[in-house]
Amino acid sequence: MSIEARVVRRLAAVRDSPAFTLDVQLAAPAGITVVLGPSGAGKTLLLNSIAGFARPDEGRILVRDRIYFDAAANVQLAPERRRCGYIFQDHALFPHMTVRENLRFAAQSAGVGRLEARRRMSELLESFDLSQLADRRSSQLSGGQRQRAALARILMTDPHLLLLDEPSRGLDPRLRRAFWELLRELKRRIEIPILLVTHDIEECCELADRIAILESGRLLQSGTREEVIRRPASVGVARLLGLHNIAPAEIRSLDPAGRTSRLRVLGQELEGPHLPGHLIGDTGFLCVLQSEMKPVRGNGNRLVLRVETVQRSAAGVQIQLEHGFTIALSQSEYAGYADSDSLSLTAPVEAMAFTGR
Amino acid sequence: MNGPIDWFPLWLSLRVAVIATFFVLTAGTFIAYLLSHKSFRGRNLVDSLVTLPLVLPPTVLGYYLLVLLGHASPFGRLYESIFRHPLVFTWQAAVVAAFVHSAPIYIKAARAVLESVDYRYEWAARSLGASEWRTFWRITLPLSARGLGSLATLAFARSLGDFGVTIMLAGNIPGRTQTLSVAIYDAVEAGDGRLARILVLLISAVTLALLWPASYAARAPER
Repeated sequence: MSIEARVVRRLAAVRDSPAFTLDVQLAAPAGITVVLGPSGAGKTLLLNSIAGFARPDEGRILVRDRIYFDAAANVQLAPERRRCGYIFQDHALFPHMTVRENLRFAAQSAGVGRLEARRRMSELLESFDLSQLADRRSSQLSGGQRQRAALARILMTDPHLLLLDEPSRGLDPRLRRAFWELLRELKRRIEIPILLVTHDIEECCELADRIAILESGRLLQSGTREEVIRRPASVGVARLLGLHNIAPAEIRSLDPAGRTSRLRVLGQELEGPHLPGHLIGDTGFLCVLQSEMKPVRGNGNRLVLRVETVQRSAAGVQIQLEHGFTIALSQSEYAGYADSDSLSLTAPVEAMAFTGR
Repeated sequence: MNGPIDWFPLWLSLRVAVIATFFVLTAGTFIAYLLSHKSFRGRNLVDSLVTLPLVLPPTVLGYYLLVLLGHASPFGRLYESIFRHPLVFTWQAAVVAAFVHSAPIYIKAARAVLESVDYRYEWAARSLGASEWRTFWRITLPLSARGLGSLATLAFARSLGDFGVTIMLAGNIPGRTQTLSVAIYDAVEAGDGRLARILVLLISAVTLALLWPASYAARAPER
């Protein structure tokens, strides 16, 4: 129940776009793997290669031990034989068919037997709340209904893999939440790898079991959600995630027995995490999760920074500090610090990561 | 000069146009699909070959076809061995002429229509397990049906109107290969102004009656 892919694809420069090389090795077990990256990172090209709509120059793609693509052996399975459910941004329900016909087309295309197709159809229409809408066309459905119909259509076919290309882009917040809920439900129903491409960190944090960070055609880091968020492999990953406060840091001392370290950060000293594999005097960056940084009074493991701007919103208070640090507080948390020019910030060492790159 | 009008050219033209349109729709749609959906070596050459009949003089085209389909050519001999009569200077040759006259325009426009189908529908169908063939029949073709339908009318109207290639390839044999446009030429040559006027108005009316509704259909929103 997993996918292993190594995909190399070189695109020559044409007119305005420079040459681009996608070179990615990715493994994903069942569950949701979010492929996160800025636009132009090669995320969609990666999905298209897996689905069979783009041919890699090199590499090998294995799904459930079945070879989809192998450059060395010259194997290239046609898209229709790969059983990848591919969800596009606008869901691509066939506009000339009703919901029921869309589902029936899927069953027939996948070679599902007539009786089984009928059973599945009524079950899926029921569980995706589409029974009343089965005879409508996609133009007569709301955005949320289209999402449900597109997912139901894919489930008619027993996919071995789900590919989602920015599925919630352009949806209003309420529909996005509904879609995320739907995907989590889907994950419970079928034990297959789900690759979801997005550049939206919120979507990523909501859904990801695993995260793969892609930039300029290269995989910067992949791992479980906790690993990637708590231990970004490089300052580039941390910047892409946008969840951390980042500052240059130097290792002053290491205490492997106590599993701690001392770091010099922005002219101040901090207790940092256990740093195996690093040496005293190493320089790099300290990345601290913004959500874990809180203001404190008095002494302790803290960093004192000047407040630059304060933005109040319905969700709470967002405070910008010097050196680009940001923290978010609730109204009541902020009340005690409203008149301070600078804040003493602390964070648990588990929320800190030191990276040499 | 007030004798009864010979309607044979009209019936022949309609018959030729119906058959030619059938071949334009099948072979033309196939070629348009290849050009719009497949990247293959020589695609630009095929595209240029399709354009050629639009720009070459009809006499040149007719000459090529005479050589290509005549008694001496392999194709001409194959045709003769199957149908027991030569192709050139028969009404079937007029079908070939009409085909050559209308296929290029149809293929060029049909290619644009097929390209305008959102590829995501086709990809969705493929990834659900539909073969390329099935995707073409169930997705691409229905989604471009309206556009191709109005192009079919255009192709039919254009098939009615060929003159140059027809006269080169099928000749001007009254009662056998004389189509409407050739009959008009004949009438003018013979100084029969009445017949020429009637036939000219007739072909104009038939063509207009075809194109007018088709242009409505082409402009109406898809859904």
